[in-house]
Amino acid sequence: MKLIVDHLRYEYNKGTQLSVAALDDVNLVLKAGEFIGLIGHTGSGKSTLVQHLNALLTPDSGTVYFDGEDIFEKGYDKKSLRGKVGLVFQYPEHQLFEENVFKEVCFGPHNLGLDRRTVELRAYEALKQVGMEDEYFYQSPFDLSGGQKRRVAIASVLAMKPEILILDEPTAGLDPKGRTELLDRIKTLQKEAGITVLLVSHSMEDVAEYVDRIIVMDHGKVQYDDTPREVFSHYQELEQMGLSAPQVTYILSDLNEKGLVLDQTATTINEAKDTILKCFGMR
Amino acid sequence: MLREITLGQYYQTNSVVHRMDARTKLIATFAYIISLFIRTNIYVYLIAAFFLSVAIIACRVPFKHIVKGMKAIMVLLLVTVILNMFWTRGEVIFQIWKISITWEGLRIALFMVFRLSFLILGSNIMTLTTTPSNLTDGLESIMRPLKAIRVPVHEIAMMMSIALRFIPILMEETDKIMKAQLARGADFENGNLIKKAKSLVPILVPLFISAFRRANDLAMAMEARCYRGGDGRTKMKPLHYEGRDYLTFLILIIYLAAVICLGYYVPKFW
Amino acid sequence: MRMIDVSKLVFEYIRRDEDGNVEGITRAVDEVNLHCKGGEFIAILGHNGSGKSTLAKHLNAILHPTEGTVLVDGKDTMDENEIWNIRQSAGMVFQNPDNQIIGQVVEEDVGFGPENMGVPTKEIWERVEESLKAVGMYDYRKYSPNKLSGGQKQRVSIASVIAMHPKCIILDEPTAMLDPMGRKEVIRAVRALNDVEKITMILITHYMEEVVYADRVYVMDKGKIVMSGTPKEVFSRVEELKSMRLDVPQATLLAYELKKAGLPLLDGILTRKELVNELVRLKGQK
Repeated sequence: MKLIVDHLRYEYNKGTQLSVAALDDVNLVLKAGEFIGLIGHTGSGKSTLVQHLNALLTPDSGTVYFDGEDIFEKGYDKKSLRGKVGLVFQYPEHQLFEENVFKEVCFGPHNLGLDRRTVELRAYEALKQVGMEDEYFYQSPFDLSGGQKRRVAIASVLAMKPEILILDEPTAGLDPKGRTELLDRIKTLQKEAGITVLLVSHSMEDVAEYVDRIIVMDHGKVQYDDTPREVFSHYQELEQMGLSAPQVTYILSDLNEKGLVLDQTATTINEAKDTILKCFGMR
Repeated sequence: MLREITLGQYYQTNSVVHRMDARTKLIATFAYIISLFIRTNIYVYLIAAFFLSVAIIACRVPFKHIVKGMKAIMVLLLVTVILNMFWTRGEVIFQIWKISITWEGLRIALFMVFRLSFLILGSNIMTLTTTPSNLTDGLESIMRPLKAIRVPVHEIAMMMSIALRFIPILMEETDKIMKAQLARGADFENGNLIKKAKSLVPILVPLFISAFRRANDLAMAMEARCYRGGDGRTKMKPLHYEGRDYLTFLILIIYLAAVICLGYYVPKFW
Repeated sequence: MRMIDVSKLVFEYIRRDEDGNVEGITRAVDEVNLHCKGGEFIAILGHNGSGKSTLAKHLNAILHPTEGTVLVDGKDTMDENEIWNIRQSAGMVFQNPDNQIIGQVVEEDVGFGPENMGVPTKEIWERVEESLKAVGMYDYRKYSPNKLSGGQKQRVSIASVIAMHPKCIILDEPTAMLDPMGRKEVIRAVRALNDVEKITMILITHYMEEVVYADRVYVMDKGKIVMSGTPKEVFSRVEELKSMRLDVPQATLLAYELKKAGLPLLDGILTRKELVNELVRLKGQK
């Protein structure tokens, strides 16, 4: 699977005085098996970009190639694309509508035109992948807790067996343990199924902990596209963009200022712990 | 982004019409529209045009905004004009082959154009110079006498106000839900009527649930802010008539008198 | 006199199945004792489902106790005659920024509370002006709420509550639906109102970083209060907090991990400044 974004441009309020370039010449390459974080302040263009990847929005200029084909060309099968590029919106539990959990998760694969047996098999697998216990399968999705509803919504996209899974702020509104559980599960899924995962998030700590590559967007442009270590080393520029680096980055930088000599490239708690212990000669 | 659409197309400027009491504008617009439909002739439309022009100038809103709504009904106008011009019986002016234009047809077509355009322009002036909340306040006040026959006036006004507030939000939510279902392979375009109706279920169910949830939250918030119905409430922006309102009413009466005279008593020229 | 006095509060509700038959009884709040003095900033922490929001709704008489009492500014929430006085004394800001704005224009929403209270027109305008200025949203008074960011909307809601001149403000997860910038704006406003205007603040949340400035913290789990104390006292119990699905600020967690590995750090580190200073101090000692 290979997604190429080529000189993508998209404007809101076209032709009026209020026209805003939501996407301004964006170029990206997303490959199989990557775990990518997409960060940017509200209005940076992240959601707009992500909606172009499965052809929900059409660009003003530029295009997107999925496995070599131009997805905006006339006659391209958008429905089948959406089965391969799975998009989970923010607060996905707001899209639930079926009488029971199992039917809800069957909706996606059913729309792809698969036969009944395959649909049900996939729904079962997907629900297991998000850790849903059997006893909930035939309950109404509206009787579940917030966290459970969210897992059902994510399962309903997983059931289509996408090659790339895009999640827009999947941990929004969850409590700390809920956030960790969900992200751990996504990481496991990514490793086991070998799919590409694109995590759109505001939380630097979350992103730093899980992804191998970070794309930073600001005012419709891609500002950084690198490893977490590299990206967070530019924490001053990130601040200018209304973003921040994980707390540990600032802690280490402060320590450095006060004379403690240490390696500033740690981005997670564990890395920071090791770096500090080393500095105290305890490693 | 969808929610940024301004409802009611209020245009911010300082004009005497903007500063008028909402009730004056409501009553004047209503009376004006009625005047376009009672027994009419060319004199009536001339006077109506005159008063409309005065209102347009007085409200200080750029003409292109006032005319904005007209584009939508252009097609309707054209169809009306053509139908009436060619299909009315009467004194023939012009004839090509079997198709004829009559004086009667021309007259009716012209009057239709006047009626529709003045109606739209007149209402536009009202919505361009009055905020939605001002409008609902005005309606509530005008309807107050109905309280005597147990019509829940305050509640109706509150419902209208809340509906206006939430329409952009629900519109945006519908868009979000649609996109989420499309992302799951939903198809809203193909298929026969039954299939298309069924395909709306994944949009309507979540939308209704969301609307109920919002209503529940809002009710709690209103109670938390001591809302307990219309009794005992004061108004932040109370309506009261000023000199300009009385003047407008006077002008309105004169206008209506003129229209009635011209419509009923003056021998028809056209 | 205590501003808020909750004593042996129990709240139960009946769970019914699809056919309306009784399935069981859930105890959302289980023998909770909690109190708060005027001018304090207290925080109630708990995971989703711990009962914290249910507890909050008792403080302005939206819910009534199954057992126990809730006194707000000396008034009992079970007293029908006092309900509206209680709601005026204890204002509430909710989680969803859109679903608590009633007015079509910011200033109209802020005036909604005073209108309900029968405040004369001239005074309503005075209150609207001072409330909006207190949260830094006066310049936006003629805007439609749809043009505001989440953080701005929540600030407007806070202003709408202030306009009722309450003695205390309860904020039920006000930042849960906001982005980091919005969260900062709201917490800054809450702290400023507590510091400057001395309004009692009760913040209900599951975000640890928001709680470090509170005078006292109560931690809830399964309907009970399981911990209470100053932020320093509570956050030093990292393992316990983790077992309750909660988290601690990154600085606290890092300090905890370093301590586990043998570094003799002081207890109760909450902010990055404190951690940095502590580490520098230790390094200097070596």
